[in-house]
Amino acid sequence: MTAFKSLSVAMLKGFIRDKVTLFFTFLFPLMFLVIFGLILRDVGTDKTRIAVVGDGQIVSALRDSGVLELEPYNDENAAVQKVKDGDLPAALIVRGQQLDLRFAQSDQVGSATVVGIVNGFVDKANLAATGQPPRFTFAAEKVEDASLKPIQYLTPGILSWGVAVSAVFGSALTLVSWRRKQVLRRIRLAPVSATAVLSSRVLVSTGVALVQGAIFVGIAMLPVFGLQLSGSWWLAIPLLLLGTIAFFALGMLVGAFAKTEEAASAAANIVVLPMAFLSGTFFPVEQAPGWLQAVSKIFPLRHMNDGMLNVLVRGKGIEALLLPGAVLIGFTLVIAFIASRVFKWEE
Amino acid sequence: MTEERSAVVVRDIRKSYGGLKAVDGVSFTVAEGEFFGILGPNGAGKTTTLEIIEGLREPDSGEVRLLGESPWPRNVKLLPRIGVQLQASSFFEKLTAKEQLQTFGSLYGVSAGTAADMLELVGLADKANEQENKLSGGQRQRLSIACALVHDPDIVFLDEPTAALDPQARRNLWDVLRAIKARGKTIVYTTHYLDEAEILCDRVAIMDTGRILALDPPAVLVRGLDAPTHVTLQKGVMSVADASAMDGVEEAHEDEVSLTISTRRPAPVLSALAERGALDGLQVRTATLEDVFLNLTGREYRA
Repeated sequence: MTAFKSLSVAMLKGFIRDKVTLFFTFLFPLMFLVIFGLILRDVGTDKTRIAVVGDGQIVSALRDSGVLELEPYNDENAAVQKVKDGDLPAALIVRGQQLDLRFAQSDQVGSATVVGIVNGFVDKANLAATGQPPRFTFAAEKVEDASLKPIQYLTPGILSWGVAVSAVFGSALTLVSWRRKQVLRRIRLAPVSATAVLSSRVLVSTGVALVQGAIFVGIAMLPVFGLQLSGSWWLAIPLLLLGTIAFFALGMLVGAFAKTEEAASAAANIVVLPMAFLSGTFFPVEQAPGWLQAVSKIFPLRHMNDGMLNVLVRGKGIEALLLPGAVLIGFTLVIAFIASRVFKWEE
Repeated sequence: MTEERSAVVVRDIRKSYGGLKAVDGVSFTVAEGEFFGILGPNGAGKTTTLEIIEGLREPDSGEVRLLGESPWPRNVKLLPRIGVQLQASSFFEKLTAKEQLQTFGSLYGVSAGTAADMLELVGLADKANEQENKLSGGQRQRLSIACALVHDPDIVFLDEPTAALDPQARRNLWDVLRAIKARGKTIVYTTHYLDEAEILCDRVAIMDTGRILALDPPAVLVRGLDAPTHVTLQKGVMSVADASAMDGVEEAHEDEVSLTISTRRPAPVLSALAERGALDGLQVRTATLEDVFLNLTGREYRA
């Protein structure tokens, strides 16, 4: 076996056998994906539920339209109590031709919606009953807007973040622990090039990043989360690799300064956490104030996020890789150069 | 001994850190196949000397030749011919004993099978599939030595291989070191156990404060010391006055449990004791490297 191959195998085994690392590489980011994905799943998609007592033409029309969700009650008092308790915004009580709507004063938006909808159906029925043709016609049609469902921006964001975290920690901790345990010295005493050592570690990191990508996207695509991939999703792969290498270089820089694994961990967190929050990992950065958006542009993670979002879910083509790719490559070159200047073989 | 046949040649190397002269003019040669010990207390400059010879550090001045080549700057041609065990146990994370050997072996192009065979030499064959961090201190040291030997080097450098081991583990390791010597390797090792150096080494260099104070086979060092032999008897076997009167006895004194007789001619003393039937619980302690160290530095040896 060549030194490159066996070092790669050695590091891969070390990675797979380290349960803590496995947890922070796969489960920890996945927890964020699952929690945020489930919390935000139904945002803006909920239909309003109301209580209904009795039946009739209007109720059937409402039911067929699917605009409101109807919860049937036999007893008027029980239905009104639901409204009083704040569980439902309104109760519709039907007595033949007479429709009474009792709505909660506290939930003004919900009750106004219900009042408007029910009113519309009643007017329409009245109009139909007169036999007159309508003077004005009205048609409503759905439009797929550009704003994304939460899972659509969460997946690229958390994927970029997870990849960044494991690349930074992977390289920083390996470097520090190898230097502290004198493995670096031991390797330097063998006829093997620094390139072989470095490239085998990069290979393991990029391999891990690809597995992370497959797992995160795979889970986000489960029906319960409902991620929809765009046709150009495969453009995320080169972006993933460039991002891994960029953050690997950042980890080498952190590892060059840190003396112990604890210090390296802390330093890596200080670098990665603020960057994650400001780069749109957990919320779309477009919702942030303007100055924050400007600040976030200095972070490579922001550009990786943008690129991931554009190719994974927005369906943009290869041109969407240009800026993120250039930023990540530039970042890698600068940081790797600095890291190589401050690199130390021993304590 | 000509220098062409020497495995290691060190000429007047010096290394200072700030004002501290860690190595202050050290010279010696090690013949091929020799077991050479560098010993002295902590901070004597043993490790720095070894690191300069291995090519890990550049000396401020002086010259090192390993098998006729300079180890500094990093000499890739020389590296396969030397094996180094570092002071810390330098292992890859989470790999088993066998995998550690195979990974280090692959850095030298050694096949996985050959690498695994090394476990036999250091007596770890039954621990092949144990992860390194589950091994005992002595087992880790033996694995570490196996990793230094995996590519069959001509010269082996061991830095305090027996430090921090319990007595049984130390003795097990001595067997390993003897087995390496039997393979015809040149061994250069540091230790701060004087008794161990006396048992294992062909020659020892005694270092203190960056200098070599003495360099000879252990027996020669001890003999050259002209130190008295101490014969210890059970208290009450004979009186201090009777002991002092015997031929060859220089001094006799008694404590709560024993009577100790100092002599430079132990033969007549021992036969006189035998005649008197006073051999019960008898112990003879000749001078050791510790006495040599005491004599050279004027202070007690403290590892």
